[in-house]
Amino acid sequence: MTTQTVLAAAGGVSGGEEVTFWILAPLALIGAIGTVAARNAVHSALWLVLSMLCLGVFYVLQAGPFIGMVQIIVYTGAIMMLFLFVLMLVGRDASDSLIETLRGQRTAAILLGLGFAGLVGGGIYRALEGTTAAGLTQANAEGNVQGIARLLFTKYVFAFELTSALLITAAVGAMVLAHIERRKQDKMDQIATMKARFRPGNYPGPKPGPGVFATSSSVATPARLPDGRLTERSTPDILPVRELTAQETSLKGTEK
Amino acid sequence: MNAVYLAQDPTLADFGKDPWWLVLIKVAFAFVFAVLATLLGVWFERRVVGYMQVRPGPNQVGPMGLLQTLADGLKMAFKEDILPRAADKVVYFFAPTISVICAVTALSVVPFGPMVSIFGHWTPLQVTDVSVAVLVLLACSSMGIYGIVLGGWASGSTYPLLGGLRSSAQMISYEVAMGLSIVAVFMTAGTMSTSGIVAKQGDATQLSLFGTQIPAPGWYAILLLPSFVIFFIATVGETNRAPFDLPEAESELVAGFMTEYSSLKFALFMLSEYVSMVTMSAVTTTLFLGGWRAPWPITLWEGANSGWWPMIWFFGKVIALVFVFVWLRGTLPRLRYDQFMRFGWKVLLPINLVWILVLSGLRSIEDWDTQGKLIAVGVPAGALLLLTLLWPSRKPQPKETVQEQVNNRPHGSFPLPPMDLQVPPSPRTRRVVAEREPANVTAGSESREV
Repeated sequence: MTTQTVLAAAGGVSGGEEVTFWILAPLALIGAIGTVAARNAVHSALWLVLSMLCLGVFYVLQAGPFIGMVQIIVYTGAIMMLFLFVLMLVGRDASDSLIETLRGQRTAAILLGLGFAGLVGGGIYRALEGTTAAGLTQANAEGNVQGIARLLFTKYVFAFELTSALLITAAVGAMVLAHIERRKQDKMDQIATMKARFRPGNYPGPKPGPGVFATSSSVATPARLPDGRLTERSTPDILPVRELTAQETSLKGTEK
Repeated sequence: MNAVYLAQDPTLADFGKDPWWLVLIKVAFAFVFAVLATLLGVWFERRVVGYMQVRPGPNQVGPMGLLQTLADGLKMAFKEDILPRAADKVVYFFAPTISVICAVTALSVVPFGPMVSIFGHWTPLQVTDVSVAVLVLLACSSMGIYGIVLGGWASGSTYPLLGGLRSSAQMISYEVAMGLSIVAVFMTAGTMSTSGIVAKQGDATQLSLFGTQIPAPGWYAILLLPSFVIFFIATVGETNRAPFDLPEAESELVAGFMTEYSSLKFALFMLSEYVSMVTMSAVTTTLFLGGWRAPWPITLWEGANSGWWPMIWFFGKVIALVFVFVWLRGTLPRLRYDQFMRFGWKVLLPINLVWILVLSGLRSIEDWDTQGKLIAVGVPAGALLLLTLLWPSRKPQPKETVQEQVNNRPHGSFPLPPMDLQVPPSPRTRRVVAEREPANVTAGSESREV
């Protein structure tokens, strides 16, 4: 039984709990606003991470150390990391544009959002005003982790298993969609590749470089073999052989 | 004897009672331990790798080169701090600090020793402990990834980005294996607090074999051997150490996520790497090697597990594990990325799941005593071991000689030089020898007279 558990079970709000709350609550709020307001997708994800970390600490404060740590490990550590993974693959310059497609949409959204937050907050405040928390001591009687485990594997076991089945279905579905079936015979291993390379009639050495013994440095100029013949193997097949215009050969100014 | 030892074991109720100055001392100790471990760890690694490669290693600064890391650190502080133009400035600045903070924070729940008296206060040698302390460790290591990933991304160039992406994929997959091996520890210990797990490894059950009482090993490294092996492999992957140092693979990615970093920011990344290596060794010691408890021959002395002595056993075990980290680096080549991923998902994970199934099966058989369980595990394991030892190996095919292979090649193959090729002496060499004038002749008496 941790000190936090004892503190929260006492009913009142202790000094340490209050200080932690007033430090982290603004941070969580800033994180939430930053998630929406940040233009860069990765920054947005990082603000969300801040928010989630604060939430994790709040869970610990509310005598739920297990759920708090799981929040940090699973959501912040694994799921947000996967988000970041995808965002980084998309590219770092993928910022949102600030041009409004619908006029006044942003103002309306802010007003409605504030109104909604006021309604929900006011409703919860009115509903819970004056009620005292009860049952925490019984719930954590044999330890927080043990209490959660008992509930998960007795009362809520069906819902728990159903959720896991749903998640596994999603994972398997994603795998099936992304999977490319290749038979074992179709795959060339190292030995087969080498045998094919040194097969009679195949030239195992590197291809002659383009422009060797040539008059131009263009990639499209075929190389000349030592006996003076031109070799087709030196130019890529997809390359159209053509002259470049002056505009094409000038510098484009794309370097940063 | 046992009663004396049990009184030394801190329980969760012993935490949270220290005065503020004691907490400060403990926190400062953990931090200084982390920094000193880095200073000495770099030296230790370079000396050991040097010994393995038959060269002296750093030996100029200080006695036996002990101050080499300090000198390097000072030098690093005076280097130019480079900020790439394409970098994301804020994230680039914060990434190394995230790495270091997470690595050091994990040390706060590691028990260094039993209850001791510090200035009259009876307190456990551990900064703090909570009922989910092992999860705190996992959370720290999973948050530490952010430092590497963000550092790689914020540098704004290709190699660091690739390093960062590799690191995120690598750590997520090895964290799964790590978490699963901790599950076995939780199941056996029945608690998630680090001090509780150390205490559980202390009560050895007495086995009666042929009339004599033998204390059964209490360390989870022996009781849960598969979990221990998988956990240690996963920690090597988690700390980005060789052979799993793909995020900073210098032969492929220059220096991976830290390519663009220089000066103190680079030093912070170095610091976090070594601190996390030491932290992971300490965690492995705590979870599997009995924590601060003395190993067997020392336990014959009654005072081995009380007072300040256990810190020595703890540090000894940590140093031994750090040595294994260094040993791995000196021995194994880096894995290819796909091999690495396949190893994590297709080898470590299934073995771990099957092992947990077997373990829970064994635990659910309640009417067995410990001896019966040991026999149930030991006999099949021994039989399996004998079977693998005595399994007939496949008969080797008679190998073709090189000459036969050459003769069997089909017509039109790439021409090969004859196997008994005698390279004739170059005609040019002969000419040079023939044309060279004897040195002694011109230096004779005639030339001097002319």
